[in-house]
Amino acid sequence: MSVLLSARGLRIAFGGLKAADGIDLDVMEGEFLAIIGPNGAGKTTFINMATGYLKPQAGQITYAGRNILGMTPRQIVRLGVARSFQLPQLFTEHTVLENTALAVAAREGVWSPFAPLLRPRFRREAEEVLDRFGLLPLAGQRADGLNEGARKLADIAMAVALRPRLLLMDEPTSGVASADKMGVVETLARVLRQSGVTAVFVEHDMDVVARFADRVAVWGQGRIMALGPPEQVLNDPDVRRDVIGIGPGEASHAAA
Amino acid sequence: MRRAGEVLLVLLAAALVLVVAWTVPWLRFVLTIALAKGLAVLGILLLLRAGQVSFGHALYLAFAAYAIAFGAARVPETLLLLPLAAIGAALLGLLVGLFVVRYREIFFGMLNLALSMVFYSLLEKFYSITHGTDGIRLPPTTFAGQVLDPETQGWAMLCLALLLSILFAVLVRIYLASPIGQALAGIKTREARLEFMGISGRRVLLSAYVLSTLMAGCGGAVLAMTTRHVTPALSYWTASGELVFIAILGGSGSVAGPFLGAVAYELTRVYAAALVADAWQMVLGAVLLLVILFAPGGLWGMGRALVGRRRQA
Amino acid sequence: MLAWFSENTLLLGLAALDGLSYAATVFMVAVGLNLVFGVLRILNVAHGSLFAIGGYVAATLGLFIASHGLPAWLSLPALLLAAVLTGALLGPVIERLLLRRVENQEPVLQLLVTFALFMILEDLQKLVWGVQPVVSDAPVRLLGTVDVPFGTDVIPFTAYQLFVLPGVAVVTLLGLVWFLRRTLAGRMIVAVTEDREAARAMGIDAARVTLLTFSAGAALAALGGALASPTASLVPGVGAQTIVLSFAVVATAGLGRVEGAAVTALLIGLGRAFAVYFEPELEVVIPYIIMVAVLLVRPQGLFGVLETRRI
Repeated sequence: MSVLLSARGLRIAFGGLKAADGIDLDVMEGEFLAIIGPNGAGKTTFINMATGYLKPQAGQITYAGRNILGMTPRQIVRLGVARSFQLPQLFTEHTVLENTALAVAAREGVWSPFAPLLRPRFRREAEEVLDRFGLLPLAGQRADGLNEGARKLADIAMAVALRPRLLLMDEPTSGVASADKMGVVETLARVLRQSGVTAVFVEHDMDVVARFADRVAVWGQGRIMALGPPEQVLNDPDVRRDVIGIGPGEASHAAA
Repeated sequence: MRRAGEVLLVLLAAALVLVVAWTVPWLRFVLTIALAKGLAVLGILLLLRAGQVSFGHALYLAFAAYAIAFGAARVPETLLLLPLAAIGAALLGLLVGLFVVRYREIFFGMLNLALSMVFYSLLEKFYSITHGTDGIRLPPTTFAGQVLDPETQGWAMLCLALLLSILFAVLVRIYLASPIGQALAGIKTREARLEFMGISGRRVLLSAYVLSTLMAGCGGAVLAMTTRHVTPALSYWTASGELVFIAILGGSGSVAGPFLGAVAYELTRVYAAALVADAWQMVLGAVLLLVILFAPGGLWGMGRALVGRRRQA
Repeated sequence: MLAWFSENTLLLGLAALDGLSYAATVFMVAVGLNLVFGVLRILNVAHGSLFAIGGYVAATLGLFIASHGLPAWLSLPALLLAAVLTGALLGPVIERLLLRRVENQEPVLQLLVTFALFMILEDLQKLVWGVQPVVSDAPVRLLGTVDVPFGTDVIPFTAYQLFVLPGVAVVTLLGLVWFLRRTLAGRMIVAVTEDREAARAMGIDAARVTLLTFSAGAALAALGGALASPTASLVPGVGAQTIVLSFAVVATAGLGRVEGAAVTALLIGLGRAFAVYFEPELEVVIPYIIMVAVLLVRPQGLFGVLETRRI
């Protein structure tokens, strides 16, 4: 397995808070890597730095052997790195289908002003993606009319429609009703495995982590406290006390 | 089926304009002006889709109008001057656009306003070139080298305005349905997401901006050749406000809105000026207030609601 | 360079004094606009009309005092009275009857409501006060002139423009800063400006804060107009001119602190005054050139805070 995304010595601080204080982390091609840790630890900040939204104050980030530090989100997504958001970022006045089709169009090149967005090819592909997420029945609804769980899924579907090689997901299951959670993750994992996508996801639900992550990274005090297979990391007494002990339940809905 | 219905509707509207202009001759002039302004308002509608309000688009209208005025003194040929003036406005739009698309909301609005005010003062202050607030009177322009009598000239300008209106309305509709047009509407709701999908919000907005200035340029050119008198007031900020006014009056839900709004606006203005000479502006203001308070979808929205109700009944 | 300065001391001095008194008026209008925008998120196009009406009311009161043989010093408090009257009468009416009704509408509709109001108020002024210039310069004549030494020259300048205008502006600035930082009502205004929802959640009556802010903003615009009225005759269109200028000040300053509006008003006021004396062609353009130049370098304005959106 080769390294797809590599971070070395990442540092960033907001005021006095050191969100990243020397982060070294490699994401291997094809794996599902979960990042866990207390709220406000800097997990979202990692995704923001890897996608070009925030610039680290020090350190290196390479993707597929290429230095992506200083690139804009637009350049990085063109290289095949997509992301989803903790708070779904949908075009609220568009339908779910249009949202997804716009992602398809974004990948194919948006500058074709004479054919409609919902041209047969884009529409078909968008419908395929939505179908895989079980969102097809909602395709015609406006995005601002969806419930939180569906918004979350639509947000991920848009990222998947970009056909990324690496997908970074910020709390993909927050907002999804707990009864549906495993089903949703099951679907998501199948979609990603089928298309051979490498995935990094920030997650608070340890059951989800245990079941789907190939490796788990524990983020705390701006550092990677532990890294390894879930059965090893999640049973580590320090991790149990510092991370899991805080309890995902009461914390997972607050802002990270 | 639906498309055939729309084509029919457009043809009917065009026929209606011609019939009205033929039966009430003095309305021909008013309708030509209305269509010319409608072209500029179509550009405002584009920017409204992105959630941006330009309070300075009269700049492009005035720029093209003055370009026509200067050009007509040398080569008074409509079919040459009109494209030149419109392309000139679009080039200016590209130049300004490269700068203003970096800004959003009030900064976008105010920068547009500032630049149109700069142009206004240039027109006003450089008397030796522009004749200041007196403005410039234009000779009649020819059509393909033909000198037309005033009557035919009036008809020619109306038909030209009508053709341009239909052409650009169709173009804007196609553009709005395209991926860029949809991304443009995405600027209004979630511009950050566009960047994370690989789309540059600024470039998308720039494309709409340049298209809007091209249309404003066409509108300004028709306006100048119809009124045959250009003054700096064309570029004053209230003229830009008027364009936004018409966009809301007509309704931003359809490309027909700007033209509907422009005709209603010009007619209201003419009648208000005749009835209450000192307070026509007040009448227009009151009309605008009523529209916003009771029919925020504008005339187009009102019409659609009426048709919808009848279908339901 | 130095020679140019010594040759033009007189003009430079005049421009500086003119600019200062001009900036004082501009500040009064712009700071109100800024305050209103902060709380209502509406750029009030009719703000300039409130300036004009304040001026007309002040002039009317001034002419009344003069024609009824009342003591001339009354024309000074009359300026303040005009502002309070305009703000207290028009402010709540506009906010309650119009702006509140479009509270949840799209921003462009809110903007257009104020544009409609602007059109109505412009014609209303013409109907009430006519189109002939209205002049009432009693306060200026009352206070006489002061000789301001400038190098070897002496410039006679009206005491009104030298002391009253900048004085009132400084008092307003200090008063506003004190009000916003130290009083409960002021802190509520700041809280609503920063985060309306959070302020509501804390139990702040946002509707009352909005009403208060809009009326205060209207009174400030009217005070600007009242103060300016003795120095220039009132003509139709003065509101339209004033509002675009205050737009330029607000955009240049960026949205935020009142001190920002003061510094920017000074910058633009002085810039315009120097243009009047040295490059009259540029007089109208200068504020916009300053604005464009500032926004080129600082897109959020001189004193604006760049917001990074959390995602």
